[in-house]
Amino acid sequence: MTASIDAAWAALEDLADPEIPVISLRDLGILRDVRLGADGLEVVITPTYSGCPAMGQIEDDVKSTLLAKGIAARVVTQLAPAWTTDWMTEAGKAKLHAYGIAPPHQTPAGSNVVRFIARPAKVETVPCPRCGSGHTVESSHFGSTACKALYKCLDCQEPFDYFKPY
Amino acid sequence: MSATIDYLLHLADNALVLGQRNAEWCGHGPILEEDIALANVSLDLIGQARLLYQLVATLKGGNTTEDRLAYFRDAGEFRNYTLLELPHHGPLSGYAQSSLDYGTTIVRNFLYSALMALLWEALEKSANTDLAAIAAKSLKEVRYHLRHSRDWLLRLGDGTDESHARSQAALDHLFPYTQEFWVSSPAESAAIEAGIGVDLQTIKADWDGIVDAALAEATLQRPVAEGYVSEGKKGLHSEHLGFLLADMQSLARAHPNGNW
Repeated sequence: MTASIDAAWAALEDLADPEIPVISLRDLGILRDVRLGADGLEVVITPTYSGCPAMGQIEDDVKSTLLAKGIAARVVTQLAPAWTTDWMTEAGKAKLHAYGIAPPHQTPAGSNVVRFIARPAKVETVPCPRCGSGHTVESSHFGSTACKALYKCLDCQEPFDYFKPY
Repeated sequence: MSATIDYLLHLADNALVLGQRNAEWCGHGPILEEDIALANVSLDLIGQARLLYQLVATLKGGNTTEDRLAYFRDAGEFRNYTLLELPHHGPLSGYAQSSLDYGTTIVRNFLYSALMALLWEALEKSANTDLAAIAAKSLKEVRYHLRHSRDWLLRLGDGTDESHARSQAALDHLFPYTQEFWVSSPAESAAIEAGIGVDLQTIKADWDGIVDAALAEATLQRPVAEGYVSEGKKGLHSEHLGFLLADMQSLARAHPNGNW
């Protein structure tokens, strides 16, 4: 059975995220586990955001990718522990950067914006993925998908997406 | 079991109703970025509502589904705070300029996000582990919503005379509805008793702290919360919820067995 778990991992290795196709589900940290359940093979996925509209598509993609290799598996959605961008692999971050999306910073341990009074003393700079300048500004907390914010480079003038640390 | 279901429905209805309200800005935002922001916040809220409705459907069993809970219950069966169903404006009189006032939207989102940031954090320790998992997930989202609405509260409150006056008017209009937070409904009391829910009195001081600090920075005056205490969470709603539900439910009810 270990063989089929390995085969499933191998089949899913390069399966891309439907929204950001340059990065794989595994690199994003959405693909959590392949395990042997009571009814056979189970693939565990976790949503990035509660309302992420891509979850249904991801489930279908996982199933059809495995079926194409002759592997039958059930897809299980697991909420806890909640997904964090810290699970994103370094390779995944590099791919995002190359694609023009600024990859997320590490989430600061114990970060809690609830009890903040003033703004945090140090605002992380988000380097522009195109020209590398740190001279950038957030133009909107929210971007084209739930997981991104919108930034603008003040040097090369390009707007770009920033994958929010989460 | 019934205590759990009632409590979950209260949390779910809060998220769904505010999600639907905020989504009314879609295509009408004051600037493009805020149009997108409100749609994103709605997406998170509706996502949270779905997780909670799915949990309720599992607990109820039978032919209950998340869609049945969202689309085939009437106003009297909804358990959301009245605050969340109110339209995006205060009382309209005289020459009402607009039925969409962004100050009202921001103030409401701020007051609710400040509450949920504390409540979801406390619910991470709920005796119901499924609810605890949803809480941990939602907490991350609501913290970001709080940051967004707080930033805009400062910008509007400490902005022009017009934006200051409108956000203060929105605050004066909405603040009395927050009294509903602090009076436990029978469903909440039962859930607290069972270790599933959280007594909001335990987070009130923190909520006051978040609100007071933000209002001071935004140069807004905290109104006195007094008068009528709304009871939306017991199913006694304002007239506005019916219209909101009609908008939201009509398609599903026109095609009751529709699937997509």
